[in-house]
Amino acid sequence: MRYDSLQDSLGGTPLVGLPRLSPGPSVRLWAKLEDRNPTGSVKDRAAFYMIAAAEKEGLLSPGATILEPTSGNTGISLAMAARLRGYRLICVMPENTSVERRQLLEAYGASIISSPAAGGSNEAVRLARDLAARNPGWVMLYQYGNPANTLAHYETTGPELLADLPEITHFVAGLGTTGTLMGTGRYLREHRPGVQIVAAEPRYGELVYGLRNIDEGFVPELYDESVLTGRFSVSGPDALRRTRQLLETEGLFAGISSGAVLHAGLAIADRALAAEERADIALLIADAGWKYLSTGAYGGTLEEAQARLEGQLWA
Amino acid sequence: MAIEVRIPTILRTYTGGAKSVEGAGGTLDELFADLDARHGGLRDRLVDHAGLRRFVNVYLNDEDVRFLGGLGAPVHDGDTVTVLPAVAGGAA
Repeated sequence: MRYDSLQDSLGGTPLVGLPRLSPGPSVRLWAKLEDRNPTGSVKDRAAFYMIAAAEKEGLLSPGATILEPTSGNTGISLAMAARLRGYRLICVMPENTSVERRQLLEAYGASIISSPAAGGSNEAVRLARDLAARNPGWVMLYQYGNPANTLAHYETTGPELLADLPEITHFVAGLGTTGTLMGTGRYLREHRPGVQIVAAEPRYGELVYGLRNIDEGFVPELYDESVLTGRFSVSGPDALRRTRQLLETEGLFAGISSGAVLHAGLAIADRALAAEERADIALLIADAGWKYLSTGAYGGTLEEAQARLEGQLWA
Repeated sequence: MAIEVRIPTILRTYTGGAKSVEGAGGTLDELFADLDARHGGLRDRLVDHAGLRRFVNVYLNDEDVRFLGGLGAPVHDGDTVTVLPAVAGGAA
């Protein structure tokens, strides 16, 4: 495949079968490899769309400063696009994220403001909003509420999946900003009635849920519950175990959030098998494992890796 | 056998600091009422007139109960119910 530039190679990612993890010919698992995007994650889709939309609206001009709360991947995508277009990027990121994410952001020239580990991305969002209010000249694209995030998946991820897997019965992806599930889910539901849209939500340690008050909770503005048909909460140990299983069984070196997606996908596959229903389940692999090597997720025993992962934002 | 209910840090003031408590009932609504009899005020933090509170997520054996019938979701002995505040999480 030939493209005019790296950015133009966005999307069009492979959908590969997972024959060894699939329970049988009537219940099949498929993996959409989003690590095959320009900066190595699904977030390129949302980030490039959000920047294009902001440029179209006249919000960005050369020299502009972009501010964004991110746990890593969106920041890296924005940093790459910002570098090429002459924008300055400031990422607000929880301090307990892997060192590789910081290194990549810095390599692309982004600045990082750390938010406290306690409260996770909730605190990053709060701090970014605070900074945006005090710096009216800065542009916050705000991935949790930016319709261009959802639109990216409605216009690209959804059509790609349906073209490659017209018989799709289930789509499973991680739940963060909810943009992937909302956009892809809406497209698939419009074109394939009865399709199931399932979220795999990472369940973190207590630190991340350490709100002072339940009313300080956060639901992304993009989230529309009616698009989903199911939502699984997947623990760190389950996500880790499945991440290893992906690598050992299918040779797929994925990030830890993809282990959570596989965990939900296997639960769905078991149910379909028990009900003797045909199923073609597409799993969204958000990124590869490179950025998580330093977390120790891939080495030693599972117990050792789980202990190391405690307290880290693993997805 | 009973139903195990895991309580997030922020609501443990209602359970005397306990991370998990046990309850009984045929539906989630009945389970919450049963819990409230021993942990007064807890139900009010989870439920308002419209159903589950906006920033409260409840999972029945790791599945969000909003997709299993909400407060009417059937529960059984041996089930695990996990209560968590809705947060931005990480994956972004």
